[in-house]
Amino acid sequence: MEQGVETMKTSTMAVQIGVGRDATGAMSFPIYQNATFSHPAFGESTGYDYSRSGNPTRRVLEEGIAQLDGGARGFAYSSGMAAIANLLLLFKQGDHLVVTEDLYGGTFRVIDKVFVKQGLTATYVDTSVPEAVGRALRDNTRAVLLEVPTNPLLKVADIRKISDMAKGRGILTIVDNTFLTPYLLRPLELGADAVVYSATKFISGHNDVLAGLVVVKDEELGKQIYFLQNSVGAVLGPQDCWLVIRGLKTLSVRIDRQLENARTIAEWLVRQASVKKVYYPGLETDPGHCLLKAQARGFGAMVAFEVADRRVAEDVLRKVRLISFAESLGGVETLITYPAFQTHADMDPSERERMGINDRLLRLSVGIEDEGDLLDDLGQALSGGEEES
Amino acid sequence: MKIGTKILHTGNEIDPTTGAVSIPIYNSATFRQTSVEECGPYEYSRSANPTRDALEAIIASLEGGAKGFAFSSGMAAISSVFLLFSPGDHIVACEDVYGGAYRVLTKLFSRLGIEATFVDFTDVARIREAVRPNTRALYLETPSNPLLKITDLRAVSALAKEKGILSIIDNTFMTPYLQRPLEYGMDIVIHSATKYLGGHSDLIAGLAVAADVKLASQIKFIQNAFGAVLGPQDCWLLMRGIKTLKARMDMHQKGAARLAEWLQGRPEVKEVFFPGLSGHPGKKIHESQADGPGGIVSFRLQTEELTKQFLGRVRLPALAVSLGGVESIISYPVTMSHAGMHPDHRKRVGVTGDLVRLSVGIEDPDDLIEDLNSALSKV
Repeated sequence: MEQGVETMKTSTMAVQIGVGRDATGAMSFPIYQNATFSHPAFGESTGYDYSRSGNPTRRVLEEGIAQLDGGARGFAYSSGMAAIANLLLLFKQGDHLVVTEDLYGGTFRVIDKVFVKQGLTATYVDTSVPEAVGRALRDNTRAVLLEVPTNPLLKVADIRKISDMAKGRGILTIVDNTFLTPYLLRPLELGADAVVYSATKFISGHNDVLAGLVVVKDEELGKQIYFLQNSVGAVLGPQDCWLVIRGLKTLSVRIDRQLENARTIAEWLVRQASVKKVYYPGLETDPGHCLLKAQARGFGAMVAFEVADRRVAEDVLRKVRLISFAESLGGVETLITYPAFQTHADMDPSERERMGINDRLLRLSVGIEDEGDLLDDLGQALSGGEEES
Repeated sequence: MKIGTKILHTGNEIDPTTGAVSIPIYNSATFRQTSVEECGPYEYSRSANPTRDALEAIIASLEGGAKGFAFSSGMAAISSVFLLFSPGDHIVACEDVYGGAYRVLTKLFSRLGIEATFVDFTDVARIREAVRPNTRALYLETPSNPLLKITDLRAVSALAKEKGILSIIDNTFMTPYLQRPLEYGMDIVIHSATKYLGGHSDLIAGLAVAADVKLASQIKFIQNAFGAVLGPQDCWLLMRGIKTLKARMDMHQKGAARLAEWLQGRPEVKEVFFPGLSGHPGKKIHESQADGPGGIVSFRLQTEELTKQFLGRVRLPALAVSLGGVESIISYPVTMSHAGMHPDHRKRVGVTGDLVRLSVGIEDPDDLIEDLNSALSKV
């Protein structure tokens, strides 16, 4: 495949990952289930020595994601948290981070319970307010870590504005792009220095693999990350690399469908008397709508909503049939989550309540089922009537 | 439930013991038994395997049949179904059938005393003429491979019922998302699941679905006795592929429609075969039995020489056999998919040196058009 990659659309690039890379012509790049590589002669290497340092299957994935995000280099890890933790290892005792306040509970936990012990400090702010980010920056601040949109409240940060502010002071801007993927949002083009993914989610898309990815904009940062990846060794195995590649091939068709369904569901939820509030940046009334529209090609497939009280929330979770009550997100099947008790259980309860991650909030990861069937299921779950047997 | 949802939720996709939303891969050959008197639900994976069971239930549900069967390749599925027949039996098959099916009928089953006659299935009168007292089955593809001719499924199944014989269809090009032949009275549906059902050009698999329990028990006997079963890893991959069938197929069709229209407007192109084109002779029948034209477009260039040059210059679609993957594949039926067909037969049905078959992937159609445009412009 020799067409100029820079002119190609993201959907085409994603489909073509690994095609033409193998000597046998195999359309699907092989799984190099291999730990070590024999050397042609003393002092010579094929480019591969040991799979922690480099594996051909992993390399196809790493180069593929780097290409999709327009970065210099990509890295694959054994989970999204392994990817984030590896990035955080860039920093040292005394360094300070500015972090999105309503971020994924696992990221909060690793910063709060692991890295703070190592001497890092972090300030949590509402990153949808650039001034709040500006006010939080200190002399020892080394990075701003953003989720766009945030999890679970789907607030939108201005990546360009924040990264401009950070660049002037030698601070890295890191974006967790798990919710939108490079198909919809390319943070490096907006000035970010690194992008991180839980590839378990939309990137892989089938709820069947755990994986994390990092893409960096320039080679210099790439060298530092490579050192950490190889030293710490939280690499993704070849079987799972291959599954993520396979998932990436359908990225555009899955997300196109998920977007359509998410919009329909969000608009429908707004009209339900039992729903008090809907969080979805695709709604024109959403505070992040215009900003996300300017930065991204779509609004994603995550929809959060608030019901009247905890009893109703628990009712919905008990009554959904087609939709599975499970953690995680981004797969082809629609999932519903109770953030306060699942993904964000590690946050301080009063902090949670202040931000709006309360016991009335439910989060939907919209799949690719028929929209009518999803609405039917949500309709019966929200109806308030007794459960049918 | 709509077919687009059913693809994801037939009820067989969740592990009953742990709730895992992805069925476990049971890489187990044999199963420990609790007593000598009675065996548990599984004994030995050739007979049944939990991962394969889930896949077989899914395809049966999607096609609306009594039972599904998973085989190690599309040809293993076709061959296992043909093993229903005995020496002296006769099959009437459509003339522009997949080269591999033609080969197994003319070179292998013929040796076992099972005869086949190939006729144009677009004309039911021709099929009727070919039926003999010892005919046991009608075997067809619609749309056919590679010329995308359309057979009237209702008419064929009515003829089969009238004669008391089986009607068997290879539904590979359509998948149950677009066409469910059992609803029109066909008896057996076969798939090369390597193609659209798997969808990623990364596994080899075949499926068969029987309309009724009696026929299913005969196929079950052959599957277990002959043993051309699909391994659990590949069963699992195939289930993973099926989850995105609708999303992929919608894009395949959109791209194919764009390319077919575009090809029609090119002076280098002599003829375009695609059931979605307004001039396609089978369009009306196709639309009455299928929900879309599919993702395969075949076309003829002005000369054989031009065709070969063109194939040498295409960059984005891979020059390869097979079809139905997310990546576009371009192939030359004469030396590839239909190499197994006798040259005279190929000539008679129109599989000639100027013919190209394009399996349109889910890349952005603009990129595909740009690539074909640059390849055509240079010839």
